[in-house]
Amino acid sequence: MAGSGSAHLRDPGSVLLRVENLVVDFPAGRHQKVSAVANISFDVAEGETLGLVGESGCGKSTTGKAIMQLPRPTRGSVRLGDAELTELKGDALRRTRPEMQMIFQDPISSLNPRRTVTRIVEEPLRIWGKGSDAERAAKVDEVLTAVGIDPQSAAERKPYEFSGGQCQRISIARAVITDPKLIICDEPVSALDVSVQAQILNLLQDMKARYGLTLIFVAHDLAVVKNVSDRVAVMYLGKLCEIGPPDELYAHPAHPYTSALLDAIPLPDPSVDVSQQTHLGGELPSPVNPPSGCRFRTRCDRAQDVCAHAEPLIRAVESGVSTHYVACHFPLETAVDVGPTATGSSAAPEPTPA
Amino acid sequence: MTRQEVLVGAVPSGVTGSGPLLDVRNVSTSFRSPRGMVRAVTDVSFTLERGKTLGIVGESGSGKSVLSRTIMGLLPGNAERSGEVLFEGADIGGLSPAGYRELWGDELAMVFQDPMTALNPVMRVGRQITESLRFHLDMDKDEAKTTAIELLRAVKIPEPEKRFKAYPHEMSGGMRQRVVIAVALACGPKLLFADEPTTALDVTVQAQILDLLAEQQRQRYMAMILVTHDLGVVAGRAHEIAVMYAGRIVEKAPTQVLFSEMKMPYTEALLSAIPRLDQRSHSRLHAIGGAPPDLVNPPKGCPFSPRCPYVRDRCRDELPPLQESATTPGHAFACFYPVDSPETLEIKERIAAQQILATAPTLADSPNGGGA
Repeated sequence: MAGSGSAHLRDPGSVLLRVENLVVDFPAGRHQKVSAVANISFDVAEGETLGLVGESGCGKSTTGKAIMQLPRPTRGSVRLGDAELTELKGDALRRTRPEMQMIFQDPISSLNPRRTVTRIVEEPLRIWGKGSDAERAAKVDEVLTAVGIDPQSAAERKPYEFSGGQCQRISIARAVITDPKLIICDEPVSALDVSVQAQILNLLQDMKARYGLTLIFVAHDLAVVKNVSDRVAVMYLGKLCEIGPPDELYAHPAHPYTSALLDAIPLPDPSVDVSQQTHLGGELPSPVNPPSGCRFRTRCDRAQDVCAHAEPLIRAVESGVSTHYVACHFPLETAVDVGPTATGSSAAPEPTPA
Repeated sequence: MTRQEVLVGAVPSGVTGSGPLLDVRNVSTSFRSPRGMVRAVTDVSFTLERGKTLGIVGESGSGKSVLSRTIMGLLPGNAERSGEVLFEGADIGGLSPAGYRELWGDELAMVFQDPMTALNPVMRVGRQITESLRFHLDMDKDEAKTTAIELLRAVKIPEPEKRFKAYPHEMSGGMRQRVVIAVALACGPKLLFADEPTTALDVTVQAQILDLLAEQQRQRYMAMILVTHDLGVVAGRAHEIAVMYAGRIVEKAPTQVLFSEMKMPYTEALLSAIPRLDQRSHSRLHAIGGAPPDLVNPPKGCPFSPRCPYVRDRCRDELPPLQESATTPGHAFACFYPVDSPETLEIKERIAAQQILATAPTLADSPNGGGA
């Protein structure tokens, strides 16, 4: 699963965000490092929702934060519009902040417990000195109403007086108030109950249409990601496995890992005989010392010698009606070679641990 | 000692016996709080046969975890409980802490949600398993160690001899949950509570752990109560499902029946709120409006009535009892106007018509990029 290469990238002029060869390393002591994100590239068009999906430790949240430059990626390029974020420093980087916002997993701990909700939502406008007091108050009212929170009650109440779902609505209000171009949602519904989860997912869709947002939606739940995304990228151990439109990718997964992930989801349908299903075995290898070649090969039943030597490059697969892209030597759908053949000779060398 | 002998040896002789293994009658649990009594579980009754699995499904605050803790005798000091819990015919509700100690691990065991906190971080995992073997089964040190290693092998932990000496922090979440299961299975309990056993785990690991639980249950002829918020987890794995809302069981049926003939609007709402893999992307989800009721002041009538799309006056005034269906034995639900009743079908048609009217114009005027 190697997932290097750029066959899946679109014309730079047509995208809002373009991430190329992103690498994020963390020191792991004893001169070792964890390559949390290992050379991935993707782009997001304006008005699109990109779903980043994978198991814990696959690097999906780190990718989201690296786009925000929190912390800065070790290598690679992150272009938002015309700005190369990795080269911006100090005030220049700070000025890009209103254009990118984040929504976090735990809605209650991501809101300041000692401030009123109105004050929390107004804060970004105060920081940027936007508008007069009256204008700011009007904007806060408008945004709170849009997310379904009564502005009257928000004026006096603090986050602990609201439920988890309401706090997530408040987080969304705070994120949209600066009129951002891009919102990175890091597991925004995984702490919520299913009934509330549906409310928040519907709200995000509404907000996206209303404020013309582009979203990166990081989550581990494949069904949730399918519901919200225009494009889905599947990650494994810091690499990109497969990227494409959700209906296509879920109906015809080309990467053995995508297929295994889909098979592991328990369906709310008692006619499915779970005892007849085979589930992916093994555990995630250590990111300090990842497998050579394709990183998924240690758990893959299609792996052959080449998978240990060469990192597969991303290439197009044709299935059904549209194209999606996969990084696998032996994909489940037939690959159409566009550009260089996937022998891995040109792939970036795997980080070799000491 | 072979693995088979260990497994057989660990199962107590009480596999025979008449009557249900567990018979819960009119159990209620409340907690004293500054705001008043919080009625976490109200008037719950069910029975569970040996070797069977009951799935308890509900949202946070529905009382599903409090119910399993009530049966286990794991309630905090501010709790008040009533009703009877008959385990193999004997009421265990009034047991002293020492009485429960005899049952825990031996007859009743529990797998908790968070494997990170369920294990003692400063004790090697081997000792956490041998602890109950030595206490309940009076094994000597070597015997307990051999049994513990066999248990680790049974829950599919690689290199069990080596892992016996590991500390919990040296293991991944999935491996720790396997250890928690090994601890729970050690003395061959007759009833295993699995309280959200896979919620903290990744989906691929979740599938492994659920498979493991099912396999161990079959081998040991153990009954299981699987508590979860995920209808997907219980759909393929429980014989019977009880749906809880606001501390009450609102629908209970054999799994197939529940999914094919659900009666309670809440069950229907819960199922249609889940994003499904077989829906196209961007399908509008059927969110349940509002929030669960305050358990200090529960509503007078049906607890779901404030959120129910099919509510009628009677629902607000009168509490619907949990009654068995006239046509399908074993299927009980607490609703005056179930989803297939003429009254509800009429409202459904009206809602569907309104939706068509409401969505038609919005589809036309909501292109991307429409600023506010």
